[in-house]
Amino acid sequence: MAKRPSPTEFIIERDDEKCIACQVCVRMCSNDVHSYDAQTDTVFSDSGKCVGCHFCETICPTGAITIGRNPSEFKLNANWNAQVIKNIIKQAETGGVLLTGMGCDKPYPIYWDHIVLNASQVTNPSIDPLREPMELCTYIGRKPDKLEMDYSKKEPQLKTKLNPQLKLETPILFSAMSYGSISLNACKSLARAAGEIGTFYNTGEGGLHKELYKYSPNTIVQVASGRFGVHKEYLEAGAAIEIKIGQGAKPGIGGHLPGEKVSEEISSTRMIPQGTDALSPAPHHDIYSIEDLKQLIYALKEATRYKKPVGVKIAAVHNVAPIVSGIVRAGADFVAIDGIRGGTGAAPTVVRDNVGIPIELAIAVVDQRLREEGIRNQASIIAAGGLRNSADVIKAIALGADAIYIGTAALVAMGCSLCQSCYTGKCNWGIATQDPYLTKRLNPDIATRRLVNLLRAWSLEIKEMLGGMGINAIESLRGNREQLRGVGLSDIDLELLGIKPAGEAW
Amino acid sequence: MKKIKNQISKIKNSGYKAKLKRIIIREEYCMGCRLCEVYCLVQHSRTKNIIKAYKGEYPKPQPRLIVEEKGQISFALQCRHCEDAPCLEACITGAIYRDEKTGAILCEENKCVGCWMCIMVCPLGVIDRNREGKKVISKCDLCIGEEIPVCVKNCPNEAIVYEEKK
Amino acid sequence: MNPIRNLNNQAIKKDICNGVNYIIIGNGPSAISAVRAIREVDLRSKLTVISDEPYLNYSRPLISYLLSKKIEKDKMVYCHEDFYKENRVELILNKKANKLDIKKKNITLSNKQIIPFDKLLIATGGAPIIPEVKGRDLFGVFTFTKLQDAEEIARYIRYNKVKEAVIVGGGLIGLKAAEALIELKIKVTIVELADRILAATFDKKASSIIEGALEKIGGKLLTNNTIVEIKSKNKKVSEVILRDKKRIRAELVIVAIGVRPEIELVKGTSIKTNKGILVDNFMQTNIKDIYAAGDCCEAKDSLLGISRPIAIWPVATGQGKVAGYNMAGVKKEYSGSFTMNSIELCGIPTISVGQTYPEKKGYEVLEHFDKDKPIYKKIVLRDNRIVGAIFVGEIERAGIYTGLIKDRVDTGSFKEYLLKEDFGLIILPKEYRKHLVTGAGIEV
Repeated sequence: MAKRPSPTEFIIERDDEKCIACQVCVRMCSNDVHSYDAQTDTVFSDSGKCVGCHFCETICPTGAITIGRNPSEFKLNANWNAQVIKNIIKQAETGGVLLTGMGCDKPYPIYWDHIVLNASQVTNPSIDPLREPMELCTYIGRKPDKLEMDYSKKEPQLKTKLNPQLKLETPILFSAMSYGSISLNACKSLARAAGEIGTFYNTGEGGLHKELYKYSPNTIVQVASGRFGVHKEYLEAGAAIEIKIGQGAKPGIGGHLPGEKVSEEISSTRMIPQGTDALSPAPHHDIYSIEDLKQLIYALKEATRYKKPVGVKIAAVHNVAPIVSGIVRAGADFVAIDGIRGGTGAAPTVVRDNVGIPIELAIAVVDQRLREEGIRNQASIIAAGGLRNSADVIKAIALGADAIYIGTAALVAMGCSLCQSCYTGKCNWGIATQDPYLTKRLNPDIATRRLVNLLRAWSLEIKEMLGGMGINAIESLRGNREQLRGVGLSDIDLELLGIKPAGEAW
Repeated sequence: MKKIKNQISKIKNSGYKAKLKRIIIREEYCMGCRLCEVYCLVQHSRTKNIIKAYKGEYPKPQPRLIVEEKGQISFALQCRHCEDAPCLEACITGAIYRDEKTGAILCEENKCVGCWMCIMVCPLGVIDRNREGKKVISKCDLCIGEEIPVCVKNCPNEAIVYEEKK
Repeated sequence: MNPIRNLNNQAIKKDICNGVNYIIIGNGPSAISAVRAIREVDLRSKLTVISDEPYLNYSRPLISYLLSKKIEKDKMVYCHEDFYKENRVELILNKKANKLDIKKKNITLSNKQIIPFDKLLIATGGAPIIPEVKGRDLFGVFTFTKLQDAEEIARYIRYNKVKEAVIVGGGLIGLKAAEALIELKIKVTIVELADRILAATFDKKASSIIEGALEKIGGKLLTNNTIVEIKSKNKKVSEVILRDKKRIRAELVIVAIGVRPEIELVKGTSIKTNKGILVDNFMQTNIKDIYAAGDCCEAKDSLLGISRPIAIWPVATGQGKVAGYNMAGVKKEYSGSFTMNSIELCGIPTISVGQTYPEKKGYEVLEHFDKDKPIYKKIVLRDNRIVGAIFVGEIERAGIYTGLIKDRVDTGSFKEYLLKEDFGLIILPKEYRKHLVTGAGIEV
């Protein structure tokens, strides 16, 4: 057979009694799934084109549309499941690398769901977050080995010079999402929300659009392997600089922005030709050893006069512990570790789903290793990679992170429904697209509101859980493995995570 | 006594002025979904039920706003309920009048004879002839009786907002 | 009531009583508009309105509907009694102002009553032009501008069982009368001097559409012709003789060849007149404290750049408002107006604005003519600015063009879209559109 399209994934169910043929779905679908026939005054749907973004379902005024899974089944096969078969069909058809968006969706064990938290009962009473002060304030940066005080004057003075720090009102930051993979409206929303909450957002490797310079007090600028948009003003605009070595979604390969998404504005911000694929190289071509990384870190520190924290972002891979140890010794003020569940705008499916390790294990082993080497204070650890709720945040901090990055969660707050078609540039929600017709749909006022709501809600929940544990400051939870217990984990998992099994007391 | 009366009337008048709200259009956020048109039609239908209005009512109810669309730009356009309303001046029967409470420009259908003078002078072209069989005009009435106009309430992207006039 | 604003756009809220005696001669749209304007500023000074008709007030354009029995007399009221009560207006009905003494500042009414004034507004409207033909005073010959005319014609038709009528003049009034008579099942012949009906506002194509529709409902039209004599039989009108010697049977003749400003009152006084009473940009005549507005005056035509009478309802209300403000002490300049007409004939809506059939060179014309529907749209431009427009059959969004004429907008960048189906504000330049939409008022 010459042409064999892959079987459709979704089936659009339209309730004819409720459908009023208002054609809102017809107008709004960027994949042209719905069409209107004037002769019969009905709306037809071509389910084959549906990517499952749920925009039409959400906006339908009568709720006439339901997006269902295509019930057409292959014969049950534990080894050759439907997804595997469809992927082979697609590759036989196109001969290309299968691309996808967002984070790994394979059923690897999620350790968050196997970790439970403690609560105070009798001897150590819980604290009521509504009645007593609860400190969520976190500082990202290099902490000194010791503090020396000067007692010669009337009041004790701090002698030790402190390194530059980033002050966060809550231990949650917005992860690196480049302008290019997401729209300018989405970037604006993240920037504004970061400003309102008192945290930071990350530019990703897309450079900084001129309209975002006004949010620089809350911006972490990223220097990635493609060095897109990296110039003097860019470095000075950031409150901190992050050197991106890798990301959880595609460890070992560089970033990828398909040509469809390289519009005129992207082209000028990233300083690349319009319409061409923006492929970042896998390594930084000036970093081939840990000494080279040290050189770059200090070059950036010199360029910004040691006024800003300079950190490094890596993907969580097998040897993450010694790698982070080396990075810390190379002078990084913070290290961001991105686990296998980390999201992306475009990545080869096979890399996204198979390369990297879960962040839970990564934080635990890194934290353990740095403590053993006595250098844990020299850098803050930021954990990233598919953290979904405030419980994940608390568990991450208890395992040893200083703060966490959220990427996918922020996008979902803005409207994303994880249809994983970001690489097509046709995001109906106006998030992962550069088409001005689509980006209009993301109203920064509304999106900012939603992001602020999300962080506020999570912060309140964190306070609740902290209070429950009898802790009133987030820094008392950092690396406090004693507050965690494992459920249904093997001995080796427990050992790597450094936590006891549930049921075991101190 | 007169002083108190004057003060009361001043407070009354200032309160009225302060509550004047108008619809503001933000064309940079309009997606062109036309949900505003859908809900305006329903609000001005006989049954006010979305399914009955579209499927059961004949003649089809008429929305009172116009959605303009060209290329990337789109926006919903309703009567601006102008302070210096030219339609009010042009109406030959006095059918067009201003509602005291909201300041909205309304048309009393019983008095309208369909001379179309208002259509001739409205610089925004937001007045239309009634297409439901009556020789009267059809225009936005700021959803008199509702707390907030339905187009504003149902715009999914806040491209139409209802704010106090500055 | 809106706060009125002075020229600096500041709202005036003071409860002023100027202690001034305002007199308005006339009770039409100009007068009522002036009352509203005066009362926004001056809440308690004496204000008198004098009307020579016995009715409270009424919408003059509706008289053809009264004749055809489409509406009842009580539906014709423009403002109810409360209007005069609320605005503290003393209304004198059924008295004509006969003499104006400028030095003594008073007017004499038909019942010999002398009324003094501090500020006077002459809003006497228009009077029908009567041709110098033999037989014009015969029983059965009417003009058609007042409510009384409609009632008398209706009565005459009933008593004399009129079956055939002739209407002299194919203008707005003549055609509206024709429609009414046809509705009453009377055979109507319209005699028009020009080569087409509505010659003052329509071009040949537009007229032809209405002419066709008129003939379909039974009206007969004779163009390039006029009457030279009206003949009677048994003391009542029986036939008319045309210029080309043709004779047409007529049991009723309605003369509607035009309206001229009613300026009888100021004849012989020092008030300057041309065709109408001349006023400056503040609606004041050459005599201080005497103003004029509406069909009786000659004010600025902003399109043609000259002063001339424009007898149209919205122009009258606009002028009355400006006159009222200025009389009450708030200086407001009249921005001028231009010809505009909206009339539906034989079920076909039509709108014409500005200069619709330029005869000189230097004008550009855009046209869209669909004979079958029928729809006719025409835009006349000069130096890329719209100066005139005609819409027949489809009048959607016509007001936008009126606005473009008024604001003298340069349409060079979007000229080709002017007659497209999707014409709207979205075609206009963004700045202009934002200015319109933010409701900053329609004055530029």
